[in-house]
Amino acid sequence: MESVDNIALLLARLQFSWTIGVHILFPSFTIGLASYLAVLEGLWLKTGKQVYIRLFKYWVKIFAVVFAMGVVSGIVMSYEFGTNWSVFADKTGPILGPLLAYEVLSAFFLEAGFLGIMLFGLSKVGKKLHFTATLMVAIGTFFSAFWILSANSWMQTPQGYSINDVGQFVPEDWLKIVFNPSFPYRLMHMVIAAYLTTAFVVGAVGAWHLLRDKTCEGARVMFSMAMWMAAIVAPLQIFVGDMHGLNTMEHQPAKIAAMEGHFETQKGAPLILFGIPDMEAEETKYAIEIPKLGSLILTHHADGEIIGLKAFPKEDRPNSLIVFWAFRIMVGLGTLMASLGLFSLWLRWRKKLYDTALFHKAAVLMAPSGFMAVIAGWTVTEVGRQPYTVYGLLRTNQSAAPVEAPAVATSLLIFIIVYFVVFGFGIYYILRMMKAPPTPGQTPTASSHPIGLDSIMSTQTGKEDN
Amino acid sequence: MFDLPTIWAGLLALVILIYVILDGFDLGIGILYPLLQKGEERNTAMNTVAPVWDGNETWLVLGGGGLLAAFPLAYAIIMPALYVPILAMLFGLIFRGVSFEFRWRNPRHEKIWDAGFFGGSLLATFSQGIVLGAFVQGIAVDGRAYSGGWFDWLSPFSMFTGLSLVFGYAFLGTMWLILKTEGELRDRLYKLSLPLMLTVFLLTGIVSLWTPFLSPEIFARWFKMPTLLYLSPVPIIAALLAWRIYVNLKRQNDYRPFPLALGLFVLSYAGLGISIFPYVVPRAITVAEAAAPDASLGFMLIGAAIFLPLIFIYTGYSYWIFRGKVKAGEGYH
Ligand code: HDD
Ligand code: HEM
Ligand code: HEM
Repeated sequence: MESVDNIALLLARLQFSWTIGVHILFPSFTIGLASYLAVLEGLWLKTGKQVYIRLFKYWVKIFAVVFAMGVVSGIVMSYEFGTNWSVFADKTGPILGPLLAYEVLSAFFLEAGFLGIMLFGLSKVGKKLHFTATLMVAIGTFFSAFWILSANSWMQTPQGYSINDVGQFVPEDWLKIVFNPSFPYRLMHMVIAAYLTTAFVVGAVGAWHLLRDKTCEGARVMFSMAMWMAAIVAPLQIFVGDMHGLNTMEHQPAKIAAMEGHFETQKGAPLILFGIPDMEAEETKYAIEIPKLGSLILTHHADGEIIGLKAFPKEDRPNSLIVFWAFRIMVGLGTLMASLGLFSLWLRWRKKLYDTALFHKAAVLMAPSGFMAVIAGWTVTEVGRQPYTVYGLLRTNQSAAPVEAPAVATSLLIFIIVYFVVFGFGIYYILRMMKAPPTPGQTPTASSHPIGLDSIMSTQTGKEDN
Repeated sequence: MFDLPTIWAGLLALVILIYVILDGFDLGIGILYPLLQKGEERNTAMNTVAPVWDGNETWLVLGGGGLLAAFPLAYAIIMPALYVPILAMLFGLIFRGVSFEFRWRNPRHEKIWDAGFFGGSLLATFSQGIVLGAFVQGIAVDGRAYSGGWFDWLSPFSMFTGLSLVFGYAFLGTMWLILKTEGELRDRLYKLSLPLMLTVFLLTGIVSLWTPFLSPEIFARWFKMPTLLYLSPVPIIAALLAWRIYVNLKRQNDYRPFPLALGLFVLSYAGLGISIFPYVVPRAITVAEAAAPDASLGFMLIGAAIFLPLIFIYTGYSYWIFRGKVKAGEGYH
């Protein structure tokens, strides 16, 4: 019986990480893209330049497809808490439930309510109101991130609760719950991650078209905007990430130990650049290290003390191999992004931003970097907090639903197939739309979408024909 | 009487009702898809809901999230018990949700996403009907957890409610399309509407008669004096509404059948509520037992009081903007 339960648990965990891992890809893109669209439309209203509305039209179609995928994969998430993690749902419901309810009330309805107007309504409501709708959608995506990250952060650094006689977490202080210690850092870091993800996709599309036609105005504008974003925000992300890490060290030292690959607690700890943490042997093999740097980064003292994994009982340790490498992938990508951004400044100064083919090729290659960093980052966060779902209080193996293994196995299999097929098509459509150049007179796909987007063009003549 | 758990039970019931009505008609359109002509007619039908479907579906998210928040124990019992139909519903919603965008992306793929829209809508609706039936029928509970197997939901009654909901949503979808379209498409829907309405009436009647026999408790509620007296208006009003729908369909009044059909849904829903109250997990867990502490319910009530009115306003506004007939080919402009 014991082993059967473990299989069901393992399958439930696989299913959750698969569905959330796919879901997070879409918001990472739409949170950034919604803001980008608002900026584009704002610039169009302010300057009246056609290129901005053309870019708006170009990206809003892509936005709609990504958004639809975000919605359908998100609905899955909101039911999965119950279907697969019912004990967790019973215990944390009084705290996490209201946070999610606030997300639905303040964010999802806002997005969904104004999305229709944003996509189909320009000819119906006029420019100003349409711009308002775009803003509302952008604000909605931000609120959504706010509440869900508050919920996730509470699970990482719980406070403001007490435990009642049936073992539920019950709220004592909502301010403390919402603004729990890791939340501000996680919110900043995630929202910036979304902006970067978008910037590198937009930048890559711009670069791709510049490689074909250096004079394409739309491509130049989007490439330039994306590179500004990369240059300013990627370094900022490194800074915020560092603060996030310091905060984690305070609240989840075991996670930091796993990220750093440290098993021994030591003063003046080295920074292990690469190596293979071995949970069984309790050491990091083949380590390439820089003396003292680990302590310097994490404590800002060369001789500061860093706690190692051995300070925790074996059954309380997160898997360092995964966390260690996921962390290095994220930081490596972050460094690459910042480098690309800074290099763009230099090219811009030398007036070669639009003529350096090699740089454009590099930007094209970086297209998926944001998504990869996001997945890597969440892996650090979530695997690093194991074996708990509510840190230090509720174990993952005590959170699962009493669903039999065959049921979970079947659903997991279907999730994998359906997601590959459905989202595979979606990604193919998105790539097709991106392939079309952002030039006037080009309809991105052979779409016969009879409503909406084409109407945006017709309003440029200012006529209201209803 | 008006303590926080009861208020939230009422609010959640309202949220689910709004969901059933709103997503009901747009799922219904998906179910009707094979009966519409490829291309133009299907384009038009989809365009009648394209700007609002996401908002409609958000009520489902609020229903799930609200249940988790207000009655975590009930959520924790119902979801694993109905694992299979809930997941089937989610899979259906995935296919149908993406079809709204994917369908226009590549003309050569239109067939795939027409099928996705139909199949997804059908699967989601049938599963919702099963969820409903299995829920009313009762769920095995032990302590704070579901104690049955992963096929307990399967029964003649739940299959039947699944089937009934498919026809019910298709009926709502027909009324909506009559309201929103014109010409040949609308004429065909008129022809369809009468047989469809009769079927729905028959199926609803059977479900209504079947439900009291599921448990002596429900039976007692419906068929004892004086309750019988208080409750007798429910079927009577239902019959009246059906009569008005029939008359208006005959007269080809495009605008009246839809709201009347909604009335019919509200009534069936009320009937269901009567059979279930005061339980959140029928005949096992009551509203009071499952309720989250007042600190949770109160905090959320503030949010609901602020946001629900706003949501009604801008959702209403959005429907208002997209009001009127959707003409073939030219869409909204
Ligand atoms: C574009 C995406 C991206 C980039 C370039 C980075 N991160 Fe990150 N990181 C995330 C996207 C992300 C994330 C997906 O947003 C995570 C997961 C959960 C969270 O709060 O943010 C995350 C988590 C995360 C954590 C885990 C915190 C915890 O779970 O307690 C740390 C310590 C850092 N990051 C630090 C960094 C540093 C030092 C970076 C320097 C290059 C960096 N991140 C770049
Ligand atoms: C913000 C909302 C999130 C919430 C509320 C949340 C909640 C949870 C819960 C309850 C678990 C425990 C179940 C388990 O161990 O599998 C979990 C694990 C996990 N989550 Fe998250 N999660 C969130 C975001 C994410 C994101 C965006 C990712 C992206 C990749 C992610 C990746 C994972 C992974 C990989 C695990 C499995 C860890 C393991 O089992 O070792 N999570 N999460
Ligand atoms: C377990 C955790 C999560 C749950 C239960 C969840 C739930 C949902 C649901 C139900 C939707 C659809 C809303 C609609 O109908 O319009 C959605 C979409 C969305 N989610 Fe998640 N989500 C989770 C994780 C996350 C995370 C970690 C983020 C970002 C930080 C996020 C951001 C968004 C955004 C911005 C949308 C809007 C649609 C889109 O942009 O793709 N979600 N989510």
